[in-house]
Order: sequence, then C-alpha cells, then structure tokens
Amino acid sequence: MLVYGFINSLILALMALGFSITFGISGVANFAHGAFYVLGGILTWLFLMKFGVPYILSAIIAVAVVGIIGALMYRFLLVRLRGLVLSEVITTFAIGIVILELLRVFGVMGFQYRLPSFIPGSAEIFGTYVGIQRIIIVAAGALLMLTMHFFVHHTKMGLSFRGVAQDDHTALSVGINPERISIFSLTLGSMLCAFAAILILPLGTISVDEGYDVLLKSLAVCIIGGLESTLGVFIASFIIGYVEVLTAMYISSSLTMVAVLACMLTILLIKPSGLFGKYKEIEERI
Amino acid sequence: MIEKRRKERIDRGIKACTDDIFCLSSLREISYLLVPRILPVVLVFFLVLVVSLYWKKVLVITFVMTIMAISWDFLASCGLISLGHALFFAMGAYSAGAMNHYLGLPVYVTLPAATLLGGVISSMLVFPALRLRGIYFSVVTLIIPLMLMRVIEATKIIGGTEGISALSPLPGLASSIAISMTAMWVVLFSLRRFITSDYGLIFVALLDNDRAVEASGLNIVWFKIQAIFIGSSICAFCGAFMTHYYMSVGMSAFALDLSIFPVAATVVGGMGTLAGPLLGALILGPLSEALRGFGTFRIVFYAALLVVFIVGLPEGLFHYVRRKYEQIERWVEVK
Repeated sequence: MLVYGFINSLILALMALGFSITFGISGVANFAHGAFYVLGGILTWLFLMKFGVPYILSAIIAVAVVGIIGALMYRFLLVRLRGLVLSEVITTFAIGIVILELLRVFGVMGFQYRLPSFIPGSAEIFGTYVGIQRIIIVAAGALLMLTMHFFVHHTKMGLSFRGVAQDDHTALSVGINPERISIFSLTLGSMLCAFAAILILPLGTISVDEGYDVLLKSLAVCIIGGLESTLGVFIASFIIGYVEVLTAMYISSSLTMVAVLACMLTILLIKPSGLFGKYKEIEERI
Repeated sequence: MIEKRRKERIDRGIKACTDDIFCLSSLREISYLLVPRILPVVLVFFLVLVVSLYWKKVLVITFVMTIMAISWDFLASCGLISLGHALFFAMGAYSAGAMNHYLGLPVYVTLPAATLLGGVISSMLVFPALRLRGIYFSVVTLIIPLMLMRVIEATKIIGGTEGISALSPLPGLASSIAISMTAMWVVLFSLRRFITSDYGLIFVALLDNDRAVEASGLNIVWFKIQAIFIGSSICAFCGAFMTHYYMSVGMSAFALDLSIFPVAATVVGGMGTLAGPLLGALILGPLSEALRGFGTFRIVFYAALLVVFIVGLPEGLFHYVRRKYEQIERWVEVK
C-alpha cells in the first residue's frame, strides 16, 4: 500500500509538473496540457509501431514535436493575447479540445494503442511486487525533479526563468527578454508533459479521455499545492496520491474521484491560495 | 515619405443626442434608440412562425442555449469566468428530474422550484472557489462538473449512468417555444437593466477593481455569491426546462459542450454586453445543428472557431456592429 501510494503520487507529480512550470513562469495556464500528454503518447506509438523507429529515438522525437507545438502555439496565438487571461485560457482550452477531438475523429481508441513497457517483469520491494515500469517511473521522476531543481537554481537560463516568474518588468530591465522566456517555458512545459506521457502510458492504454483525465488531475494537484509552487505540486501530489490509494483500498475504488474532489474543496475553503501558493497571493487572490 | 494615416472615430450626432441628454424630440431619435431593441424581438418572433417543425425544435434548444450564454456573460462581467457552466445546468436539470420523479410534482411546480434549488446548490458548490479570482476561479469551475460526473457515475445516485427518464413533458411545442423565447428576452433585458442600476454597478465593479469595492466597505464575497446565485439560477432554469423538454435527465447534463457553448457564443458575439452572447448564440445554435452530421467533428469546429475569433476579432461581432451603428469612421492624416 505504502509503495503503491508512493508510485501513484510520483505519477501525479510527473503529470502536473509541466503545467505548474509553465504557469509559474509565464503565467499562461496551459489548458491544452491533457492534449499534449495524449499527443506525446500517440506520437511515440506512431513512430515506434508504424515506422519502426527505436524506442528511445521515437520518444525523443515525440517530446521534441510536442515541445515545438507548444512553442508555436505561444508564438502565433498566445503572444497576441498576453495579459488577457480569459482569452489565453479559452485559446489553450480550445486548442486542447481541437487536438483531442481530432485524435478521436481519427479513431484513437482500443487496445492496440498501447506502449510497451521499457523492461517487462517485476521486482519485490518491501514485500510487494511492483512492475519494473513503475520503478523506472519513480527513478525517472526523482531524476527529473532533481534536474529541474538544478536547472532552475543553478543555470543562467533557469535563473532568468525565476526572474521572469517573480516580476517580468524588472526582468526586462536587467536584460532578460520575457517573451523569449515565456516561449521557452511553454516549450519546456509541453516537453515535460510529453515526457511524463511516455513514462506513464505503458501502464495502460492510450485513449482520448485520458487527456481530460490528466488535465483534471494536474489541475487538482496544482490547486491544492498552490498554482505556482513546484514544492507545492510535489506535496500535493503525495496528498492526492495517498488519498486515492487509501480510498481505493478501504472504501471503494470507484470513489477515488469523490475523495479527490472533497479534498480539493476542503483545502480551498481553508486556504484559498493552496498549500504553498505564496507568490501572487495579494495580487491574484482575495 | 510614406503618408501615415489613422482611423478617426467620432460619435454620430444622433447618438450624442439620444445617449445622455434624454430629450427625444423627433421620431427619428426615438427610432434610433428603439429599432435595435425591438427589431430583433420582432424578427425572432416571425422567424419562429415561418420555419418548419424541425427547425422550430432547433430554435427551442437555441433559445435555451442563448439564455445560458447570457448568464455566462453576466458572470463574466462580474469577474467570475466560469469554464463549467454545465454544472449550473446540471443542477437545475437534476433537481427538476428528481422532484418530478421521486416526489411526483407537476411541471409548473418543478420548473420554478428547480430554478431556485439549482441556484442554491450550485452556489454552495462554487462557494469554496469564490475567494479566488480570474484564472484560479476558472480552473476550479472547470473541474467541479467533470468530477461530479464521475461521482454520479461511481455512486449511482439519482439514476447513475442511465439517468432518470419518463418525466412529465411540457404542454406542447407551442408553449415550449413561448416559454423559452419569453424567458430569453426577459433574462436579456432584465439583466441589462440590472447591471446598469446602482446595485448592479457593484457587480460590474467586481471585475474592474474588486479591491476598490472592498475598500468601499462592501463584502465582495457576499456580492459574488449573489452574482453566482443569479447566474446559476438562470442556468438551472435552462436545465429544468430541457429536462422536461426531453422528458429525461442524464449525465449528458454535465457534458463539456454545455460549458463550451456559452463561452463560444460570448466570444463570437462580444463580451460584456449581454446582447453579444445573444447574437453569438443565435448564430452558433442553428449552425451547430446544421453540422450535426459531422458527429464529434462538431466540437472540433467549435473550438477552432473559438480560436479564430479570439485571435482575429477579439472584440466580437456585437461590438463591431455597434461601432458601425454609433460612430462615424474616417481616415485622417497623422500630423
């Protein structure tokens, strides 16, 4: 139980990380997140199964393509709408729907849309049998978190990301181009999202509804954790992950969504800015 | 040297006369004010009379959707941008269905009762999110209906996945048309009057600067609750009406298209005027019906249209038309 909760939490964190990074830096709430997730999975599948490209290469291509789509979306659509929060939300949401429903039109459904595990088999941890894929997820998740932390705190680019996140006018005055950083943040967010998809999707099948599911879950995680805090995302995904596993074990597996919803509403009532959302508290929330 | 020109916009004389002086001296000035208000009412009325039975049914749905769109715009002009309007709709639909099915109440009781009950339940559900602003609020409202859908699916309460069917119908198509059309105009004109009243100004101020409202000693959460209650009651009425119109209620009441349609209509029509969404919805409603043959492609079309409009014509059709009606445009040289 403990082990599964841990893995579940890390999966959630991986899903939500891309969304949180994009929002935290550029302030664009990328509602096309779920669509990018499914798109990442589908592209990998397409390259792997149809064109016979090796697994790693097709994964890299998929991540790159999704990243480019994110960047294009920012460059050609969102850049005209900067500052109009509503328009940004509607646009990204609409793009997400276009991608997802187009995939549905092309008939992405059923069991053949399934990524193979990296390494089949399972291992025993603390008396529980766990698939190797899950272990890879945990390892990759932890690695990713560390890399992101290093990137954001110790590279020039990462530091300028943080600068823009804190105040883009000041960032502009010390020679950081917020526009460029915003594009990068959207690219990075989309790439992380596709990366998460490739890691997680071998556990199940790829389906269009998964896209909406992922969007819901990442939003829930980000709201509980505080929308712009990476640490918050981490903690919140552990809360939700364990809540889900506990409900599934002790009450009923169909009630997990209820538990998550209740959890989210309670936290909103107690602390509207989420657990760790401090940044724009006064500006954005009352 | 390239001659630089810019577009100059000047209010028409007649607008200045009729706008704030309020001393209408000629038939021309009276008609300048009244025609844009009465003409659509008359046009829609005759449209309903002439079209075939099939399109009459489409128009009923369009009217209901128009009411949803107006309510969305009302909430948006209070700074509460909801991406989950289906929630309000579903609350009305399910309350009407449950009252009719379990308590056996007749239509003329369930319709008003569900309007109120739906408004109350929705306000309670959205209440935790009311302390959030802007995008944070939108995010939460997007989640709530989708999650509630899962809840109903999982717990099998109020009909579960199959919903409740065999409810009492509305008395005839003619009265359905009459009810929905009247409701549409009543909602439009009363909300328009409401937001220009002294009390309504507070609601609009919530969007413009809610801290100023708070600084004036007004409790903004309380006003937001009122706004949500008004908006969601209107939608709950739509839900209740559609429940009786279809004689059944199901999980489709939470569907995403119900949340997207009001947004699309408002974006196409123009925000913040309440008449814009009406225009947008009256265009999009029949259009989406005509596209029904394409199946799920319809929603792709919607979403794509949304992107095109928001990038290409961000002000919306209504603002565009109104500018032409009220102002003279001409090119002048930049000196």
